[in-house]
Order: sequence, then C-alpha cells, then structure tokens
Amino acid sequence: MLSSIILKPVKAIFGNRPGRGFLIAGTIIVLAVVIMAIFAPFIAPYNPTAISSDTFSPPCWKHIMGTNRLGQDVFSRIVWGSRIILYVVLVATAFSMVLGIPVGLVSGYYGGKLDRVLSTVMDSIYAFPALILAIVIAVVLGPSPMNAAVAIAFVYVPTYFRMIRGQTLSLKGQLFVEAAKAIGARDREIMLKYILPNLIPTILVVFSLSVADAILTEAGLSFLGLSVTPPTPDWGYDLRVGQAFFLDGYWWLVFFPGLMIMLLAMAFALIGEALSERTSTSAR
Amino acid sequence: MSRGITQYVLLRALMIIPTVLILYTIVFIFMRILPGNPILAVVGTKSISPEQMKHLMHLAGLDKPLYVQYFDYLWQLLHGNFGVTLAFPMGVPVADYLRLRFPATLELTIWSFAISVILGLLTGTLGAVKRGTKLDTSMRLYSIVAYTLFIPWFGMILQYIFGVWLHILPTSGRINPNVNLHTITGLYVLDSILTGNWSAFVSSIKHLILPSLTLGIVLSGAYTRLVRNNMVEVLNQDFIRAYKARGVKDWKVTWYALKNAFIPVITLMGLQFAILLGGAILTETTFNWPGMGTFIIDRIEYRDYNAIQGAVVFFAFFVGLISLIVDVIYALLDPRVKY
Repeated sequence: MLSSIILKPVKAIFGNRPGRGFLIAGTIIVLAVVIMAIFAPFIAPYNPTAISSDTFSPPCWKHIMGTNRLGQDVFSRIVWGSRIILYVVLVATAFSMVLGIPVGLVSGYYGGKLDRVLSTVMDSIYAFPALILAIVIAVVLGPSPMNAAVAIAFVYVPTYFRMIRGQTLSLKGQLFVEAAKAIGARDREIMLKYILPNLIPTILVVFSLSVADAILTEAGLSFLGLSVTPPTPDWGYDLRVGQAFFLDGYWWLVFFPGLMIMLLAMAFALIGEALSERTSTSAR
Repeated sequence: MSRGITQYVLLRALMIIPTVLILYTIVFIFMRILPGNPILAVVGTKSISPEQMKHLMHLAGLDKPLYVQYFDYLWQLLHGNFGVTLAFPMGVPVADYLRLRFPATLELTIWSFAISVILGLLTGTLGAVKRGTKLDTSMRLYSIVAYTLFIPWFGMILQYIFGVWLHILPTSGRINPNVNLHTITGLYVLDSILTGNWSAFVSSIKHLILPSLTLGIVLSGAYTRLVRNNMVEVLNQDFIRAYKARGVKDWKVTWYALKNAFIPVITLMGLQFAILLGGAILTETTFNWPGMGTFIIDRIEYRDYNAIQGAVVFFAFFVGLISLIVDVIYALLDPRVKY
C-alpha cells in the first residue's frame, strides 16, 4: 500500500530514465546503420559481389563475419545491404504517409458517407495480415526493390489513415478549432494550420513504429525472394541463401544478416516507444 | 439476454461480408487489371501456340470480360468454391488444397497463440508488479526485442541450438514420416489423441515445439506491453488497495488485478491473430511446415494467381471469423458492452 504511494512520485522523476535510454540506444543504432549505408564503399573491406576461392570461411581476422558459398565477404555484403533495406523502407514509408495522412485528415474532418466508406476499406486492410497482402502485391508487380516498396507502402497506408483520422475527429471538436471557425477560417486553413500541427507528435510515433514493422516486412519479402535479385547484397535475401547451409554448421551466413534486421527494427521500435511515452499518445 | 446475444452475433457476422469483399476486390484489381496475362505468367519462357493459349484462357475463364470474371468468382464463392489452380497441376479445386493445408496452419497458430498469451501475461504481470525496477525495464525491453525478432532468423537459431547442437528436436515437417497417423481433423495432436496413437502424439508434439515457440515468442511482446500497462492501472485502483489493506495475500491481489487487466487484452487478440497468420508464412517456410504459408509460397513459384487469390479470400474469411469470435467473447465478458 505504502509502496505504491511512494512509488508514484519516484516514477514520475525516474520514469523518464528508461525512456531516455531507449531513445539514445535507438538513435545510435539508426545513425550507425545510416552511416554504414552512406559510406559503404569506404567501410566495406571487399567488393560485396566479388567471388573468391576462399569459400565458407568462418569469422576470422581477414573476414570478420566469414565468407559465403561463393567466397564473398559477409561483412561487406552486410554493409552494402544496409542501402537496400533503408531505401525500400524509407520510400515505402514516405508513400504511405503521403497517402495516409491527407486522406485521414480529410476523412476525419468532413466525416459523412465518404468517411464511412474509407474507414471500412482501411479497417479491412488493417485487419488483414500485412505480410500476406504485401506478398500478393509484390508477386504481381514482380521482384524488385521498388516493387517491394510499393507493396509495403500499400499495406501501411491504413496505419497512418486510422491514427490521423481518429486524432482529427477528437481535435475538430475542441475549442481552438471552434474559435478558428468563429473568426471565419476556411476548412483548408483549419486542417492545415490548426489540426495538422497538433498531429505531428502522433505522426512521429506512428512513423517510428511503422518503420520498425516495415523493416520486418521488407526482410520478409526479400527472404521469400520478392525483392532483390542476386548478386545484389541484401540482408533478407542473404538470410534465405544462408538457410540452405546453416544446418551444416555455417551459422555465420544466417546469424549476422538476421541480427542486423533485428537491430535496425529494434532501434526504430525503441525510438517509437520512447517517443510515445513522451508525447503520451498510445500508439496501438 | 440470450436473444440479444444471438442477434448481436448475427449482425456482427454480417460485417464479415464487406471485409471479404474489399480484400477480394483489392486482390482482383492487382491480379487482373494490372497489365500482364496470368497464363503467360504461368508458362513463363516456354512458347505456346495461340490455339493452346486460347484453350487455356477459356479453361481458366480468363476470356470473359473482367466484370463477368469478378462476379463469376463471387458466385462460386457463395457455393464454397474457391476457383481452380492455374498452374501445375492445373484445374485442381483450390478448396481441396485449403482443406489439406489449413489444418496444419491452424494447429501451428493455435499453439503459437497459446504460447504468446501465456508468455505475455507472465512477463507483463512481472513488469507491473515490480514496476519502476530493473525487472520492469527488462520486461519492457523483452517486449520490444521479442516484437522485432525476425521470424526466420529466430527460427533458424532455435533450429541450430535444438536441432544441430543438442540434437533433441526435429527442425522440419509436422510428423516423423515413418509414423502412420489416421487423420480425422487434420490437427495431428488432436488426431493422435482421438485414435489413441501414442507415437504419433509424441512425434507431432516434438515437431510443433520449435515452430510454435518461434512464432509464440515473437508475438508475446505485444501482450507484455499491454498487460503491463493495464495491470499498472488496475493496481492503482481503490479496490486493490482495499484488498491489500485487508491483508489479502500478494499473489491473490495480483490474480484479481490480472483478471481485471485481461479484458482489454482480448481486443488485442483479434489483431494479433492476423499478425500471427502473417508470421505463420515465414515460420512455415523456415520449418518446412506444410500449411497455407508454404502453399502460397509454392504457388508463387508457379505464378498461380487463382490459387493465391483463393488463399487470400480464405484468409479474409478466417480473419473475419476470428474477430467475430473475439468481439463476442468481449461482449460476454464485459457487461458494459450492449448488444
């Protein structure tokens, strides 16, 4: 009984500490991967697609993450592979935001029949397994990183739409919006000047969490062979190739690409978690 | 009361229809209206004569106008017909495959679901009871790490540990091929109990452990977070303090709090089941599990649009059914819900 009374103020002061730790850890990992992607030619010790006779070498000083069946350096492939996953995920997320945010805003603001139809469609897509839908779209469009991005963008539009629509609904009834209306602000002005700025914290939280999801979906698509084509280095695809050999003991072919996928997704999830705590918007 | 709930269930069941229609329409648009000929996609680089092409198009019903194809398929669906396969073997009802493959996926998802809920409740409760401590932070970290594990990677690590190093668990398939099992429901564990087949029971459980653990752990993270936050809220409420003041044992208080924190968790279960099905595709691929996921992947190899469309529509039905069940359970448990 006493403990919960004492704990509350203590938590209020120190409650931010794990949150801050999460934020810092997440940011460091994301920055590290971004730097890796930008400076790939200088960081990678070998050409990621160069074939050599030094096949299946376990991690050693010459190849810190070993080599694969073609004698390619796993570390160099991981460094270069960061480019593909960041590219696909960022393009996809940008698409989803460009579609989901304005449509959610307009739908929530005006309401009515259009809103009901849009909500039903978005809810149906949202409730369906994202990966399965992304697979179907990627199959039809054909395997390429850009098509994978389109598929991922499509399945994450409802995430933004639903969040923005819900927030707009609750914001439009608030006093400051009423006041703006009273002084004669037009709908467009209210949406862009009064509601949208208030949505930015939500957008940031949804962005980091949906990027984490998108990373796993991208990795899933390329693991299933629906993104890059060989010999392009890519984490998900390299994991798929490694699967054929790792049970024979070549664990490094699987361990490092998968670890990178998890770290990158985790970094964005950590940032999202910390941000959602700070902005006190529950993200789910 | 009982009439009220029946009506609620029926009305709620009707809401599955727009969901299935919307998903069918999306898939149809992507597969048929986008340029590209499904038959050409199947035969690939092999050249076939125009007559053969015409014949194949006719067999698959692709020579009709698009809107006719759209409504034809809906009409077939009403009769439980999910279309026929386009690619090798051609012309087999997709429903036959679904009947064969779906029980495998269902068995995998039921076990994974149970594991994820149990783990989520355990870790979430721990975090809430010890809130503000290092244990609480580690549980939050567990929630995030579990959520962001890449399923094939995590699955392969478990395969490596338990299959290669320790050599105690099988890494692929549903059952030892030397074990004979008479299937009734297609759920192997249940079937082996029904037929009293001990060796099949052991073998199917052994094959289930790694895939369902993989999927279950990955999905438990979302519950951890929700259970923890709900529990913290409930633990701060007056009735809990009253219990504590009266000297009710700690574990009993925790149990009462957990019961109260559980209701919102039920809502999450519906959504989690959808994620579970998505994750099942990757789990099945990793563990060579002969379910819906590997079926879809097989069909992708052949570019069999019909089979993929059938599988998606079936999944849409299933997802709708699960969310119906979740909503009904919620309505029954929470007296505030009016039906």
